[in-house]
This record gives sequence, structure tokens and C-alpha cells, in this order.
Amino acid sequence: MPRLFLFIPLALFIILGGFLWKGLSLDPNAMPSALIDKPFPAFKLPSLEQPERILTNADFAGKPVLVNVWATWCPSCRQEHSDLLAIADQKKLAIIGLDYKDERPAATTWLNDLGNPYLFTIFDEQGLLGLDLGVFGAPETYFVDAGGIVRFRHVGGITPEVWEKVQELLNVK
Amino acid sequence: MLNKTYLNVLGVLLLLAGFAVNAAIDVYQFNSDSDRDRFRQLTTELRCPKCQNQNIADSNAPIAQDLRTKIQAMLSEKKSDQQIVDYMIERYGDFVLYQPRVDSKTYILWFGPAVLLLLGIIVVVFISRRNTAKVNADAVADTLATHALDAEQQKQIETLLNGTGKHSS
Repeated sequence: MPRLFLFIPLALFIILGGFLWKGLSLDPNAMPSALIDKPFPAFKLPSLEQPERILTNADFAGKPVLVNVWATWCPSCRQEHSDLLAIADQKKLAIIGLDYKDERPAATTWLNDLGNPYLFTIFDEQGLLGLDLGVFGAPETYFVDAGGIVRFRHVGGITPEVWEKVQELLNVK
Repeated sequence: MLNKTYLNVLGVLLLLAGFAVNAAIDVYQFNSDSDRDRFRQLTTELRCPKCQNQNIADSNAPIAQDLRTKIQAMLSEKKSDQQIVDYMIERYGDFVLYQPRVDSKTYILWFGPAVLLLLGIIVVVFISRRNTAKVNADAVADTLATHALDAEQQKQIETLLNGTGKHSS
């Protein structure tokens, strides 16, 4: 029995090593969202395309949507744009744009030039909704279910893997 | 003459440099000195969500600027420190706290080191006690070994004891 005690340091080392090994493959930028399983924050903001139209939560209530935070100053947003257009083409899920701290003319030109994957785009000039969502950089994508509850958040450009995950969530519903 | 022009240009450049520096520093108005102190305290205690190794006060990220402005606004609305911190946690999670809260999830963080230290002390005491006991036992054994009688001496003792026994009887 005392001989077994001699292996305690080795065992501790292996456990510690295991944690460090796992740490190597973790994304240090991945942040748990405080909003998961909570209602999408209430907002009242103008539409990008029609400045006089005021959008609220009611505009996408009752159906699951993808909310994509983007801006023309964000390079990754340009990269993910073709993926968003592809997702919109599948017509499985509506995508709502949230133009975050941007300028209206630039954003309009962007959508005209690159194509518009969004059902409508919320124009959040001051980043008010962004602040309530806990956005800390664009692009970010949220999956909101039919009940208006945020179920998933992805920070960074959308990828086919992320889309897979969203579809899984969509099928669960 | 030429020198003077250079000096003038230099002077203007220095002035511009001064403006540039000023432009980079946000200016916040506070109702009182205590608000200013609280602002300083809060911005150093809250972590910037974007650039994760900086606090809100040090970071130049746009989000940190927004949060500074928000904190300043909340201070002028007479919100308490707790309300401001809660506001941040609601949006960015416990992550924004440089000093994590004490709850069941963070017990190991708060008390782990103390527990480990205690365990270490117990182990050290245990080992040193066992060693002392061992040393004592060894000493006794040693004494016994060095002072043990060989066969010859044993015989002498027995004769002596027997001898005295006879005399007394």
C-alpha cells in the first residue's frame, strides 16, 4: 500500500497534463454568452433600407430566425457574406441583419453590391441593441427560436459547421 | 532667418502633436469626485470583452470605449456600483469580472489554494512525525544492538546471579 502512495505525484502530473492538453485546443476567444436561453433583448430601431420604418421584436416573433450582426467596417463580414447568401437560398430559416455601428449609405451600397441575404436589416447606428446583446465585435450570429429565446451564439464569421449546428437546433424544435 | 522658420514649423508641429494626443483621450464629465473615483475603480475592475487581457480602462477597443461611456452614463443616473456590475454581467457574463464572485462554481477557485496548502501541511506533518518515530525506534534498536551481551557475558551474569542466590539462602 505505501508503495502505491509513491504514484500520487505521477497521477497528479497526469491529471494536470490532461487539463493543459485540453487547454491547447480551446479557443481563448470563445466566450459563454450570458444570453443563451434568455429572451432576445427588446429593441426599437429603424430599418436600414427604409429609415422611417421602425422595427421591434414583433417583426420576427413566432418563427425561428438567425440574427447576424455585421458592419461594413468588418473584414470577416465580407468573408461570411457568401455563406449567408447560400443559407438564405436554402430558405430553411430567415436571416435578420443587424447593421452594427455603421453608416447607412455604405451599408446600403454593400447590400446592393454583394447581395442581400436578410429578410430585413436593423440599423443600429449607436450599437444600442449590440450592447444589450453583449456583442463585442462583428460578425456575430445568434439563433433565436420561435419563442424569441436566444438558443445559440457564434462569434466570428459563419461557417458550414456553424450552419450544421444551427440546423440541428432547428430540427430539435 | 531660416532657423526661425524651422523653429516656427517645429512649434506648429508640436502644437498639432498636442492636439492629436488630446483627441485620443476620452473626456468624461462627472458630478462629483466620488463619481470619478468610482468610474476609475469600475473601469479597472471590469474586463474588456474583446481584448481579454485588458480592463475597460486600458483598452482602446471600440467596445471598451462604449462601455466606458455607458458606465459614465450610469454613474450620472445615480446607479449603484452593484447595478453597473450587474448590467455588465447580464450582457457579458461572469467573464467581465476580474475578481470572480464567490458561488458554488467558483469555490474551487477561491478556496482551492487554501485547501491545497492545508493538505500540504498535513502531509508534511505526517511525514515528519513518521520519520521522528522511525528515528527513535532506530535509536533504541541501535542501543540494544551495541549493548547486547555476547554468550560469554551472559554466562557470567547467570553465574553471578546464581551465586548471590546461593549466598542469601
